[in-house]
Amino acid sequence: MSLQALTYIVVGLSFALYIGIAIWSRAHNTADFYIAGKGVSPLANGMATAADWMSAASFISMAGLIAFLGYDGSVYLMGWTGGYVLLALLLAPYLRKFGKFTVPEFIAERYYSKTARIVAVICLIFISFTYVAGQMRGVGIVFSRFLEVDVTVGLIIGMSVVFIYAVLGGMKGITYTQVAQYCVLIFAYTVPAIFIAIQITDNPIPQLAFGSEISGTGTALLDKLDDIVTSLGFNQYTSGTKSRIDVFCITLALMVGTAGLPHVIVRFFTVPKVRDARISAGYALFFIAILYTTAPAVGSMARYNLINTIQTGEVGSVDGNLVYDERPDWFATWEGTGLVKFDDKNGDGRVQYYDDSNPSFAPQAEQYGWQGNELSVDRDIMVLANPEIAGLPNWVIALVAAGGIAAALSTAAGLLLVISAAVSHDLIKGIFLPSISEKKELLAGRIAAAFAILVAGYLGFDPPGWVAQVVAFAFGLAAASLFPVILMGIFFKRVNREGAIAGMLTGLIFTYGYIEFFKGLFLKWAGAPWGVNTAEHWFLGISPEGIGVIGMCLNFTVAIAVSLMTKPPPEHIQHMVEHIRVPRHMEIKS
Amino acid sequence: MNKDKRLAYWRANLRLVGFCLVIWFVCSYGFGILLVEELNTIRFGGFQLGFWFAQQGSIDIFVLLIFFYAWRMNRIDRDHDVHED
Repeated sequence: MSLQALTYIVVGLSFALYIGIAIWSRAHNTADFYIAGKGVSPLANGMATAADWMSAASFISMAGLIAFLGYDGSVYLMGWTGGYVLLALLLAPYLRKFGKFTVPEFIAERYYSKTARIVAVICLIFISFTYVAGQMRGVGIVFSRFLEVDVTVGLIIGMSVVFIYAVLGGMKGITYTQVAQYCVLIFAYTVPAIFIAIQITDNPIPQLAFGSEISGTGTALLDKLDDIVTSLGFNQYTSGTKSRIDVFCITLALMVGTAGLPHVIVRFFTVPKVRDARISAGYALFFIAILYTTAPAVGSMARYNLINTIQTGEVGSVDGNLVYDERPDWFATWEGTGLVKFDDKNGDGRVQYYDDSNPSFAPQAEQYGWQGNELSVDRDIMVLANPEIAGLPNWVIALVAAGGIAAALSTAAGLLLVISAAVSHDLIKGIFLPSISEKKELLAGRIAAAFAILVAGYLGFDPPGWVAQVVAFAFGLAAASLFPVILMGIFFKRVNREGAIAGMLTGLIFTYGYIEFFKGLFLKWAGAPWGVNTAEHWFLGISPEGIGVIGMCLNFTVAIAVSLMTKPPPEHIQHMVEHIRVPRHMEIKS
Repeated sequence: MNKDKRLAYWRANLRLVGFCLVIWFVCSYGFGILLVEELNTIRFGGFQLGFWFAQQGSIDIFVLLIFFYAWRMNRIDRDHDVHED
């Protein structure tokens, strides 16, 4: 059977499964719609959280990113997993005890303020839309490459599927489809990784193969990789180029940002008990770690495979490089998408792949008769092209396509749901129409979800050029605005309304201003970015990706200082904090 | 529930959280970032140890840490008689 037919069957079957689950788990009331009626088992919630969290970026882009960054890619691995420790220890159990529907709702009640709620809703909507745009693009890429349909058609199909299960099923529908999507995506990710691990090292477990010897050579994979990449002028694979302070800050901003992302936090509102919230975070990270520990192994093996394909003989020898006319099929296929490009600069009909931006390697390259790097490989294709590069059977390739779509759809659905809950529950019910009936609120939630899907589809169809930049902003924003006020709401009883609002705004404005200054977001028309985005100009050498950490520190400092200068929160709020600190429901005596 | 009992429970909680966060910090920021070059002089199978912590070890430890926390915390709840029924 042809690859395309197989892909249609596998993707079609997975869609049928998702829709079937949605019909089976329809939402009947607002509690079902927002938090799945608090009836999700911790294990299922862990799996759903993992699918919710692991986006098109984790599935498609991360291993490729690490393949080209080497050690510097560690910031993403640690940053996007370590946040779960913060979530499990500092937020999830307490927010579950609070027992309401949304994150802005907690902020509103704890800080007895509608203003705080509105600020939180604005942060939430911005963060979530930024993310959704990326997911929809992921769906488009997979569709156009594997199903050979137009990106627009692919987007419309993806949107329709999400529409059916998010609008119909709400949180309940999303949770159980995410469980199915996790199974699809993790299977699709690990199967090719295992095949490639066996091919290169004879060890079937990617996490171990990563540290094993290449079959029949007695040299460890990573040592060999360090060796060949440096012989081509690239930076050593196992050591980094970024400064320590910057690596430190980016990792911390990603971790804290993860713990402050509303679509992740809200997943822990769906389990029956406080102790379920704790253990569920453990399950979630376990399921995430399966992919996140496989990714760096895939990254290193993909880099090794790629270089081996191009550099067929000794570096610098006349016949050491791949002859273009004899290139493998996958090379030609991906050239068709424009994501692999070859330009025969020295006209020898062979492919040279090396670091031509490295001045100390330039004399060497000239001596070899090389006149510039001739191959550019988009790092996003590494995972998708991997099965083809390794010559794996067609059903594996079809599975990878279904996995990429599952990763994108599951994250998109989770994000769309928090957006719709913020609109129907926080804005409509909480602020504008407090007397609205439950039935009407549920309808409003469904309409908001449908509307959010349309906006997301539009963003995916016509992604603003700044999508890549705003991802850093989304994490920085979550780290600098939402995380500190939620944390202080639980751990510092003295922090009051004035402190929280001042802190959130300070963190928000500082982080936004810094990123706008160096990267330019919305003020391009006014001449942004104004700063030169290089290490010597950064504040303390911290890049815009890591600046959320400073925003977070400012938020804490301002919130505490302002709170101490104004009067303490009212007594019933202090009692509420005492309540959420204790798992059992009990009388609080002073 | 009176104030003393609440304080005792909260202190036990904070001690556990503090302990876990120290491990969290040391294994990722310590071994994976700040001390990575020093640890890279040590071999761990086919890995350099610092690199292994940054791309594998820290994640494994995060997972174990959350399970450890959940287990200990449930015990603290029972010891202070504040667990859910």
